[in-house]
Parts: sequence; C-alpha cells; structure tokens
Amino acid sequence: MSVLVFAESSEGKFKKIAFEAVSYGKKIAQQLSTQLIALTINAENASELSTYGANKIIKVNNETLSTFNAKVVSSIIAQAATQENAEVVIIDSSSNGLYVAPAVATILDAGYVSNVIEAPSNTSPFTVKRKTFSNKAFSHTEISSAVKVIGLAKNSFGVVASDEAATEEDFSPEIANSGVNSTAINKNAGKVSIADADIVVSGGRGLKGPENWNLIEDLAEVLGGATACSKPVSDLGWRPHNEHVGQTGKPVASNLYIAIGISGAIQHLAGVNASKVKVVINIDPEAPFFKAAEYGIVGDAFEVVPQLIEKLKEFNSKN
Amino acid sequence: MKILVCISHVPDTTSKINFTAENAEFDSNGVQFVINPYDEFSLARAMWFKEKQGASVTVITVGDASTEPSLRKSLAIGADDAIRIDAQATDGITVAKQLAEVIKSNAYDLILTGRESIDYNGATVPGALATLLDYNFINACVGLEIEGTSVTASKEIDGGTETLGTELPAVIAGQKGLVEEKDLRIPNMRGIMMARKKPLQVLPGIEATSSTKDVSFEKPAEKSACKIVTSVDELIDVLHNEAKVI
Repeated sequence: MSVLVFAESSEGKFKKIAFEAVSYGKKIAQQLSTQLIALTINAENASELSTYGANKIIKVNNETLSTFNAKVVSSIIAQAATQENAEVVIIDSSSNGLYVAPAVATILDAGYVSNVIEAPSNTSPFTVKRKTFSNKAFSHTEISSAVKVIGLAKNSFGVVASDEAATEEDFSPEIANSGVNSTAINKNAGKVSIADADIVVSGGRGLKGPENWNLIEDLAEVLGGATACSKPVSDLGWRPHNEHVGQTGKPVASNLYIAIGISGAIQHLAGVNASKVKVVINIDPEAPFFKAAEYGIVGDAFEVVPQLIEKLKEFNSKN
Repeated sequence: MKILVCISHVPDTTSKINFTAENAEFDSNGVQFVINPYDEFSLARAMWFKEKQGASVTVITVGDASTEPSLRKSLAIGADDAIRIDAQATDGITVAKQLAEVIKSNAYDLILTGRESIDYNGATVPGALATLLDYNFINACVGLEIEGTSVTASKEIDGGTETLGTELPAVIAGQKGLVEEKDLRIPNMRGIMMARKKPLQVLPGIEATSSTKDVSFEKPAEKSACKIVTSVDELIDVLHNEAKVI
C-alpha cells in the first residue's frame, strides 16, 4: 500500500503545484501510516521532491513524452499506481491534471473527487472537502472505493517542507497509443498565465474601452501578475475570451486579485473568490464587489490606477 | 455525422445556493434550472455542424423527469431528438457509465459535452466517458472543425492554445470560445412549437454504484467587512504589511 503523487513538470521544471501536491500527499501518507511515492515525467531535478516528503521517486524519462498527451500520461499514472499498489493517487486539479485524472480513475476503477482543498477529515470512511457550486459552497465527499483518486485544487493546502531521504528509481511504463496529436502550440511569450499567476489584475466595463487596457497591463507588469477581464468585457470583444475570469470563464485562485471597474456580479465573484486577497477599485461605493473584497478604494480607476503604478514602482525599487 | 450532445441540467448562474436536510442536500426550492453553460457552447457548435454539414444532433441527459425542460429547450434550439436516461446522476463516473451504455449501442461519431458543469464542477464525465468507450478525447476545446473523420481542434492551455488533431469517434469537451457568445441560440416560438413534436425517449439506467457520495455541504464563512482605504499609499502598505501579498 502507498500514496502516489503525480508531480507535474513542464519543459523539465516542476510546476509550483507539484510541490503542493507532494506536500499534500505527505500528509495523507502520514494519516495512513504509509509511504509517499512521487511520479515524474521528464523532470530535471526529481530529487527536489524529497524536500516535500517523498520517500520514493519513480522517474520516467522518454523523449517521446516531451509534448503533454493526456491519454499517454493517464496510462502512465495508472501503471505507476498499479505497480506501487497505491491506495490514494493525487493529481493536481490544474488544466492538465483535470484532463488526465478522470481517465486514471476510470482505468483503476477508482472513485474520483476533484478540486479538493483540505487533507481528509477522516480516512475511514475516506472523506475530503472539495469546492462545489462554482465556489459558492463546499462538499464533504466520501470515497468508498479501494483506490481513490484525488484532484488537489491550486493554492489550497500550501507547500510544506518535510525532509525525507528519498530513493529514486527509473520507471519504464508502456507508452499508450496517443490518439490525439499536437500540431502547434501558441503561447503568449513573456506573459504570465492566469493559471500560474500569484497576482491577477482584472478589468471590467468601468475601463470604458479596450484602448484603456494599458492601465491593466501596466499594473500587472509592475506587480509581475497576469491580466484578466470580466465577462462583459470579453463578450464586447474588448479582450480575448481566454482572459475572461468568472463562473463560465477561467477560475482564479491567486494570492492577490485586483478588480478594477468590475461591479462584482455573482457569477464573477464565484469564479474569483478562491483568491486569498481581493482588492476592489471602483467609483461606485455600492458595487457588490465591495462585499466580497478584503480591501477597497472608492475612486476613479483613471486616477487611482496610474498613481498605484507609480507608487508600486517606488515600492519595488525599495524592496 | 451523428452527434450526441450531453446536457447537464443545473442551477442558473445567478442562483443563491442553499442546502436542506441538515446540509445534506441541495435545496432546489425557488431555483431556476438551465442548460449547463459549458454544454450550451457545445450544443451551439453541434447546431453549426447540423446546418453546414448535415449532421444529426441528439441530446442526452441523466436524471429524473425534472431535467426534461433542458432537453426540450435543446430540441427548441434545433436538436433532432432527445434521450433521458432515467437514473440519478450521483457522480461523474457513474453518469459516464450510464452514457457509455447508450452510446455503445448507437454508434455516435462525435460526443460533445461541456468541460464541467457549474453545479458540482467535477469535470469528470467527458474524460471518464472517453476512457470507457476508448474514444479519442479533447478537453477544454475552443475551436472545432471536422472533415470526414478527421478532427482539428483548438484546446485552451495555460497561457495560450494548442492545435490538436485526432480521428472520430471522439469525445470533445467544449467551453467558452468554442462558439462566439453571439452564436449561442435562444429558442424562438417556432422552435418551441416544433420541439413539442420531437421525440424524447426515456431509457432505463443500468445498475451502477457510485464510489463517491456528498455527505454534507457547507457555505463559505461570512466574510469580514471590506477595509476601505483612502489612498494608494495606504493600499500598498496594507498589502505589504498586513496581507503580505506583495
């Protein structure tokens, strides 16, 4: 018996959520008094995972896996789970994780719960807390199958150091027929993605038009954050739909979310309220976002934001 | 091309979420139900294939009779026929098993779903369904073209998009971007009248036991009041010293 974590990497480097997933796996391994095994695919510094509590690291190195393929990766995770006799398999609920985890659970005939935010409150029956109703509620969910697949929500459990002397092994699974082939990847070079960002700066209709988006972009740049927008802004075509955050857009679970000229419709708030600290800048003191935010400034974005950018530049040069 | 669009019947995005039976059950009292918005993007794309490429479009859901308004609405939008699998939608993998059973005996070329439903947000059905059927699977789809059996899809990835190629039969999970917002369909009176005459078949579900169960729900803790700051300097100070996020 063991706990298996898939530690996701991209171009050889672990994603931040990989360390969070390993930390989370360690907690469950301790609860079950068993060892934690981490699976890596083409990761450069696999041994790094021992600092978050992995007892054993099984490493797949295979050039044909340089592009992420969900079917191949889910097959590898399932093979690793079978080899290691895993009782619990942890896969992060990021976009790739959500792509592969249902397949892993189906192959293993396991129960699957995604968007989990806490360590199990009980291991018998095995009970986890997850986000439901688009962040408007939480569910305590029991998993009764022998093998359990858990999807861990980003920025929920946190990264916890836990030094172990891990053993490392090479793992050579069968490579499944990919079925789906990647022909091109188009990434916005040099831009922080909403999924990876610790800070997200988001604009709404209060910005009056796409020509004013330099305010959002400049503020995001000085904070090292990503840019986002509300649904009306993407529906109006001011910004591309991939920047739309909210219930039917991208979910945001950043450390800091700054909403500028966004009134705070219930659908928008549902999509962003997993962020730890929310700041609202709005000229209307009655805007619903003020009820959801930790900090607010009542003021004209066209006055407040340029000042904020200047003062943050000063702040950055001192800190 | 035979298309099957999987529809989930969910509380409207503006719904206030409450629970009953000592927080063990969702309280549907006074809640307006709609076609899951993610599924709506896929349904709109299916209508495009029907109109431009002569595809047939069947819609399907798993649930009791209370879910039928969403199937009727899909028919009013233009789907040809509807199937309701008469079973409780207890969790994503169980729903996928119910759907797979019907699909196995009907040879659909393309299964369209939403990426997730806005009620339980499990994002489980499409991936589990593709695995059960051994069909090719593309998640988070924001662009879809089909020529013969050849599929070209655009998938959202962190910070961009990826172009993917595959073959039918396939399961494709759509989301915002798959069609433009303006291409989402609102049923007109003629469509509503026609929908009444279109077939809605009710099939029994298979015996399937769920491995997961929601035992209780809770709502997020009441938030403390928003701290209103009066200057940019003060904002930077609280974000740095109090919230420690910059």
